[in-house]
Amino acid sequence: MSSSLNKFLKPAIIGAVTALVAATTVNAADISPAVVFDMGGKFDKSFNQGVYDGVEKFKTETGIEYREFEVTNETQREQALRRMAQRGANPVLGVGFAQAPAMEKVAKEFPDTKFTIIDAVVDLPNVQSVVFKEHEGSFLVGVLAAMASESGKVGFVGGMDIPLIRRFACGYEQGAKHANADAEVIQNMTGTTPAAWNDPGRGSELSKGQFDRGVDVIYAAAGGTGVGVYQAAKDAGKLAIGVDSNQNYLHPGTMLTSMLKRVDVAAYNAFKQAMDDTWQSGIQVLGLAEAGVGWALDEHNEGLVSADMKSAIEAVSAKIVSGDVKVHDYTSDNTCSY
Amino acid sequence: MDAITLTTLLATLDATLRVSTPLILCAMAGLFSERSGIVDISLEGKMLSAAFAAGTLAAITGSPWVALLGAIIVSIGLALVHGFACITHRGDQVVSGLAINVLASGLTIVLGIAWFSQGGQTPALASEARFMPLELPLSSSIANVPVIGQFFDTVINGHNLLVYIALLAVPATWWVVYRTRFGLRLRAVGENPLAVDTTGISVSRLRYFSVMICGALCGVAGAYLAIAQNAAFSREMTAGQGYIALAAMIFGKWRPMPALLACLMFGFLDAVSIRLQGIVLPVIGEVPVQLIQALPYILTVVLLAGFIGRAIAPKAVGIPFTKER
Repeated sequence: MSSSLNKFLKPAIIGAVTALVAATTVNAADISPAVVFDMGGKFDKSFNQGVYDGVEKFKTETGIEYREFEVTNETQREQALRRMAQRGANPVLGVGFAQAPAMEKVAKEFPDTKFTIIDAVVDLPNVQSVVFKEHEGSFLVGVLAAMASESGKVGFVGGMDIPLIRRFACGYEQGAKHANADAEVIQNMTGTTPAAWNDPGRGSELSKGQFDRGVDVIYAAAGGTGVGVYQAAKDAGKLAIGVDSNQNYLHPGTMLTSMLKRVDVAAYNAFKQAMDDTWQSGIQVLGLAEAGVGWALDEHNEGLVSADMKSAIEAVSAKIVSGDVKVHDYTSDNTCSY
Repeated sequence: MDAITLTTLLATLDATLRVSTPLILCAMAGLFSERSGIVDISLEGKMLSAAFAAGTLAAITGSPWVALLGAIIVSIGLALVHGFACITHRGDQVVSGLAINVLASGLTIVLGIAWFSQGGQTPALASEARFMPLELPLSSSIANVPVIGQFFDTVINGHNLLVYIALLAVPATWWVVYRTRFGLRLRAVGENPLAVDTTGISVSRLRYFSVMICGALCGVAGAYLAIAQNAAFSREMTAGQGYIALAAMIFGKWRPMPALLACLMFGFLDAVSIRLQGIVLPVIGEVPVQLIQALPYILTVVLLAGFIGRAIAPKAVGIPFTKER
């Protein structure tokens, strides 16, 4: 419905069938958004927290309250999404690839509710899927890692062993090899269950194991587990790279940079578009060109990033955007051969 | 090649000590409790609460000592609750233990969110608020002695205070249980409380004392997790280690030294599973992550089935003592 028509019809609709309006068309003032965070929790200082920042920004800007739920075990995802839809929440934002099967079920049951999922694709007419080219962002921090490393060995700690995280690892490896063809990349996964997103003790042990093998820059794509990785790097005086949100502030001086995945923008946009009635279903792929991924430079890490590194990154970014450098996507063929 | 293998082995043993520490402390804690006749599955809950107390106090006061003390007090408090239910009121020991675990799991998260609004975590701690690695004297001077010196320098040296406390807790436990009057009575009260009672010694008092020692040791284990191994409390950070410690103690047939070995075995397998990831072994090739992570459990089953033999529990364990009918 166009906005002019909307304006014209508004008094009549409000006067007559308010209940119907709530169910079908959504006007600027009366959306009731909801977000379902995934395991790890909204304060994981990483992925979920990025979403939290986005929806908080929406709240402060518009004054519209949102409903939220933090999933603490796997069976809650479907319940949580369904409860949100039942209570009339619209749009419903699902965070994380793991919510895809649950969302597919629930979105079919509530065809009039708008669903947005971040990090996964659900192919339904009322679902908006936002995915990122994490391999491109990881490529950039891989270049930085290899340039900052003195030993020529860089490390990667993943959360749960899934193709999505392999995509981070693969992009990182390509970046490191791009900057230094002899660079060695040591990779570890924390676990094979969702508990791997929230196990800082194990993250710390994995990092110590990598440091013992000569690694001096370590990149964690592991949600809350990463906190242990960064702490271990700080204790050992090594460099670490954050993920998803800008995590440079956690340990200024040992955080080399963070791979930014603008989940905050994606979350904010989902609510904002629903409010402005510009929300569209379908797949959105956000990469370097769309500023959906990137790397973080702020007052906490400017001392660690030399001018050489900065110019190298900018050159590589431009080449990736223009297509001169192609970053292989692990999930395209489930191998990391490039 | 040999040099590399030795370094890797030493580094793995080093990690073994780090990951075994909470297991050792909890196994000794469980030993005191069970030897006195009180089944304690609440090691997990006590350790978790203590970790939360330590994380909270270290964040507020900035002192690891205050945090350690607070952790011990909280853990002893829960041990007394367990004691009150099981000794004074002769309740079911498993049910009481389970209740403490559930309580700890929920309460730490709720209080953490209420106090710090970081999703159940406590704020990250500065180095001064933690127990940091210690340099032992002599270590650097003998580091060049082949094998023994290297072993001392890599494996024994450079841990934080609580690791050494855990290692010392084992001979101390052995001494208390087997060489003191209290220890004799402790063992007797777990085997035949009626006999102890007829000699005029209070069974309740002995058992209360035992669960308090158990609480104190769990407190140290919790503090280790939150302010020594990691730099903050995070929710469910014990991750089942209390139960593994209980299993290790049963593996060790309720004896300190064998229990220590069982804990070190679990720790070693865990450390190996961390280090084997992504390493290409001859013949086999790269080992799948899933297999490596299942390894500790597979070996547990194999060892339990084939090598440990019959484990005989203290006779009166789990049975509430009724003085007279």
